[in-house]
Amino acid sequence: MGKNGRYAMGLFLCCTAILLTAAPAIAQNGIDNGGHSWWFWPLLLFIVTFVMGILAVLGGVGGGVLFVPIISGFFPFHLDFVRGTGLLVALSGALAAGPGLLKANLASLRLAIPVALIASSCAIVGAMIGLALPTNVVQIALGATILGICILMLTAKKSTIPDVPEADKLSSALRIYGVYYEPSLKQNINWKVHRTPLGLCLFVIIGVMAGMFGLGAGWANVPVLNLLMGAPLKISVATSKFLLSITDTSAAWIYMNKGCVIPLMVVPSLVGIMLGSFVGVRLLKVAKPTFIRWMVIGILAFAGLKALQKGIFG
Amino acid sequence: MENKTDVSLEASEEQLLYAKFLEVGMYVGLAILFITYFLYIFGIMEPYIPLSEVSHYWSQNVGDYLHEANINAGWSWVGMVGYGDFINFIGIAILAGVTIFCYIAIIPLLIRTGDMVYAVIAALEALVLILAASGLITGGH
Repeated sequence: MGKNGRYAMGLFLCCTAILLTAAPAIAQNGIDNGGHSWWFWPLLLFIVTFVMGILAVLGGVGGGVLFVPIISGFFPFHLDFVRGTGLLVALSGALAAGPGLLKANLASLRLAIPVALIASSCAIVGAMIGLALPTNVVQIALGATILGICILMLTAKKSTIPDVPEADKLSSALRIYGVYYEPSLKQNINWKVHRTPLGLCLFVIIGVMAGMFGLGAGWANVPVLNLLMGAPLKISVATSKFLLSITDTSAAWIYMNKGCVIPLMVVPSLVGIMLGSFVGVRLLKVAKPTFIRWMVIGILAFAGLKALQKGIFG
Repeated sequence: MENKTDVSLEASEEQLLYAKFLEVGMYVGLAILFITYFLYIFGIMEPYIPLSEVSHYWSQNVGDYLHEANINAGWSWVGMVGYGDFINFIGIAILAGVTIFCYIAIIPLLIRTGDMVYAVIAALEALVLILAASGLITGGH
């Protein structure tokens, strides 16, 4: 999409957001059982997800990983609906980014296809497990996972161009390699991957967790692709983002077929995150990413503790 | 590593085809979702669950919600698209289903280029996603 296209899209989303939130409030005025007008929670959801979209871009995390713990911790929605919505939020973000990343050859289809088959199959299993387990057990597991993600964010290193002395047999057979232009080095970078069998095994766990908790799995995809398999950071981030469009699709269908999708929750969340992401990209030029990243980790840790508290004490 | 010479800065033909289908599906899905949401919240189409009553359901688990609201799970929403809330599922289903079409689109191309391993993996992936979408697999409380 060109610059004008992006502005047009941004303007369209802005108008949509205003109309979606403000106008219905004037048009109708039902009162819910908590004493709020019906539009109160969708409006608050839109505002919070808008801020979330900004923080996600500036903090370098996906919207899905922020959405589920925060919304399930501080909103009156049941975890079943939050997970269904969270998957659709992560899916929409991945769908929006996917075509551009594929066309730019930053997301690698050859790398994604075998990984996606494993991750999406396991996401179905994860979604079934997540929907079968008692809610408090899922809340506790979610809280523990979020705290684990915080530790991962604090400790995991990144390697811009990992050293891969030799590609393994499986990745050679599947011809998983490529080349991209690295502007900071002003040169083409040839890349290949190693430890493919181990990487694929880890995507079993990643898929299950993505489906079980309704989280986007970028927080796990990137370290495995980059640090373990040795794909360059740019290729890893782009392929991970694209990968979510496949992994989350399978899990989203399970939640949708189970009835865990309420449109009044989905659309404000989706528009809020997308609009926030647009603003976040603009702010990226002036914001201090390190501070924001610490703030995101702090918010996630708080939301993780809140999920634990809800799971243990109800 | 094999000494293949097919490494290029440009995206492969199947990658571009996949991107094209994904892009079209994403825009169509989002556009329909926004339009149907307008129809819903402005009351142009009568919802199955009145807007003021939705908050009564979203704090319950999904089993209780379906039971109390007398809604069947799975694809039963197709029979309810005459309602303002259920018509939103058209856009959601397109967003959730576009990937299946992307995979189906690239399979003939992969076969034509002799990339049988990837053609089989892509076919398997399409089957996995169709199975997930079919509603045959469900979990539950």
